[in-house]
Amino acid sequence: MITALVHPIEKFVRSERLPHIWCSGCGMGMIFNAFAKAIEELNIDPKKVVIVSGIGCSGRASGYWAYDGFHTTHGRPIPFAMGLKLARPDLHVVVISGDGDLLAIGGNHFIHAARRNVDILVILVNNFNYGMTGGQVGPTTPEGVRTTTTPYGNYTEPPFNAVWLAAASGAVYVARWTVYHLRNLTESIKTAFQMKGFRVIEVISTCPTDFGRRNALPDPLDNLRYLKENAVYVKNPDPREADIVWGKKFIIGEFVKIEGKESFDDRIRRLIEIAQKELRRSDLQ
Amino acid sequence: MINSYNFRFSEVYWCSNVPRTIALTGNEAAAWGARLSRVEVIAAYPITPQTQIVEKLSEWIEKGEFNAEFIRVESEHSAMAAVAGASAAGARTFTATSSHGFAYMYEMIAWVAGARLPVVMGVVNRFIGPPWNIWADWMDALSARDLGWIQIWASNNQEVLDSIIQAYKIAENKHVLLPVMVSLEGFVLSHTSEPVQIHDQELVDQFLPEYNPPHYVLNPEVSKPFAFGNILWPWDTVHLRWDMHKAMLNAKDTIKKTVKEYEELFGINHGDLIKEYETDGAEVVIVSMASIAETAENVAAELRKEGKRVGSLKVRFFRPFPSKEIVDVLKDKNKVIVVERDLSIGHDGILAMELRSVLHRYNTEIPVYSVSLGLGGDEILPEQIKKVVNKVI
Ligand code: SF4
Repeated sequence: MITALVHPIEKFVRSERLPHIWCSGCGMGMIFNAFAKAIEELNIDPKKVVIVSGIGCSGRASGYWAYDGFHTTHGRPIPFAMGLKLARPDLHVVVISGDGDLLAIGGNHFIHAARRNVDILVILVNNFNYGMTGGQVGPTTPEGVRTTTTPYGNYTEPPFNAVWLAAASGAVYVARWTVYHLRNLTESIKTAFQMKGFRVIEVISTCPTDFGRRNALPDPLDNLRYLKENAVYVKNPDPREADIVWGKKFIIGEFVKIEGKESFDDRIRRLIEIAQKELRRSDLQ
Repeated sequence: MINSYNFRFSEVYWCSNVPRTIALTGNEAAAWGARLSRVEVIAAYPITPQTQIVEKLSEWIEKGEFNAEFIRVESEHSAMAAVAGASAAGARTFTATSSHGFAYMYEMIAWVAGARLPVVMGVVNRFIGPPWNIWADWMDALSARDLGWIQIWASNNQEVLDSIIQAYKIAENKHVLLPVMVSLEGFVLSHTSEPVQIHDQELVDQFLPEYNPPHYVLNPEVSKPFAFGNILWPWDTVHLRWDMHKAMLNAKDTIKKTVKEYEELFGINHGDLIKEYETDGAEVVIVSMASIAETAENVAAELRKEGKRVGSLKVRFFRPFPSKEIVDVLKDKNKVIVVERDLSIGHDGILAMELRSVLHRYNTEIPVYSVSLGLGGDEILPEQIKKVVNKVI
């Protein structure tokens, strides 16, 4: 008897768009999978999920997932998502984009959306370089490593500690995992989905094609092994200690988890109440 | 003999001072243009299909082969702002971008022209989305038509290299002082290899001496401090705009002289404001720019063989627009076909519109046929152009 084999996450995928553009061994596939699993386990209506992505390899995600999705421009997924969320507060708005998109060309939006505590979930895929354009230095490239625009090592561009940046700017949930820690990632996505406010999950991904190849990790498996050996889970870690130094251990875990902080749409509603109260008072006078 | 296994053209080049011809992509040719021009400050952000220009430059700089500062900025907007700052401080500057990057730096593109900073930028022409499309389209550079940048549209990789060197000479001329963008179409030129002659550095230095700006920030020879970019009343602003306009029109002379001088030194001429091909005695002239111009020349040559009187006119400088120069060529022709890789949505091809306005200004009533082809990088085949010509003729 022949049984048709259906991939367990088939229903979350726009299969007519396949094959995808991601290189084999890229971490994106695993993130894709973890996200689909989280949605499935949470039993969320896919019609209530919107994916917004920016530019770069991870930007393609919005086209492959079978949710409504928007592939926006370089650095602009967060403001786009903010508009979407304010127009449709009932939706789960998820931004999935890369470190280059969210922290370089769109860095301004990242901190301001966090400051306002806009109610969106940001999955920040950090592959340490601009993968799509061929592997240039970016705002998270660790010091000393090689990229096409720092062929002798990055000594001019110190990287952001994305976790601390998010925490300091006001995010209510900040976690970091790697594509080796998929179960934790799935659980973390589930946790984040049930919270409200600006939530950031940094996923340290693998880019064997551009980043790995230039830094002695051309084999996808070695990239994963690197993450396995260097990521250290810490309970309630301090965001200030989340720096990533190449070749050294780095921290993963849930850095920030604040419940009940007023979100941007709550504030807008409160503002309307205040204004109306004032108007009523002036009417009475 | 060069050991082909370890062939690194930059090293080979440094073994000798004679000009040599090697295979270069358009992007590499642009990088060589900037290097030979002894650019001092470069700031850029990666975007397809431009990225290799700045990758090449940063590699040379790090190797110590090329003495310049490279700033790896966080966006194109910052790239143009950084070169504006460097240019205002008296440095020779270069940047390059494409498409969305170009759109993102638009504010600074306008600013640099208004500030009269002779920045030179490589624009690897690409479609602006959506849909996402990384292929050739002229809509990026043409959208900055009215901002006060001189625009050169290169047809081949040699022209890319030469145009960048010429661009500095023109931009830095004290009667001009306007920025220049050199357009090369994404993939058509940027990623295609052609034999390109890399000139002797000494000869380039002779053609393009060190940049000595007449005014710049912290100039030790000026006792009174300058304040740049302040707010002005409308009646003063008008004068500045008029000065820019005059400078742009004056640039025509500078361009012609520059091209001539370049030819004398390097033996290469890609045309000055325009380039004619078989226009003498032509009935129909195909007008175009960039790589299409070369296709048009081939089409004209083939049709000439069939006994049809067809010529081609390439607009090499889109700004300043070669109005008089074009009219002089076209005035006694029967028909003009403009082939271009752009479309002003709801109107016509942009080059066709420009051409009509010029012909009208000089009271020349020649029918102009507007043909927009190859949008979003679609292939432009000689047969397509031939078909149009045969229909119109
Ligand atoms: S370039 Fe890197 S990040 Fe992009 S798809 Fe390939 S492996 Fe993944």
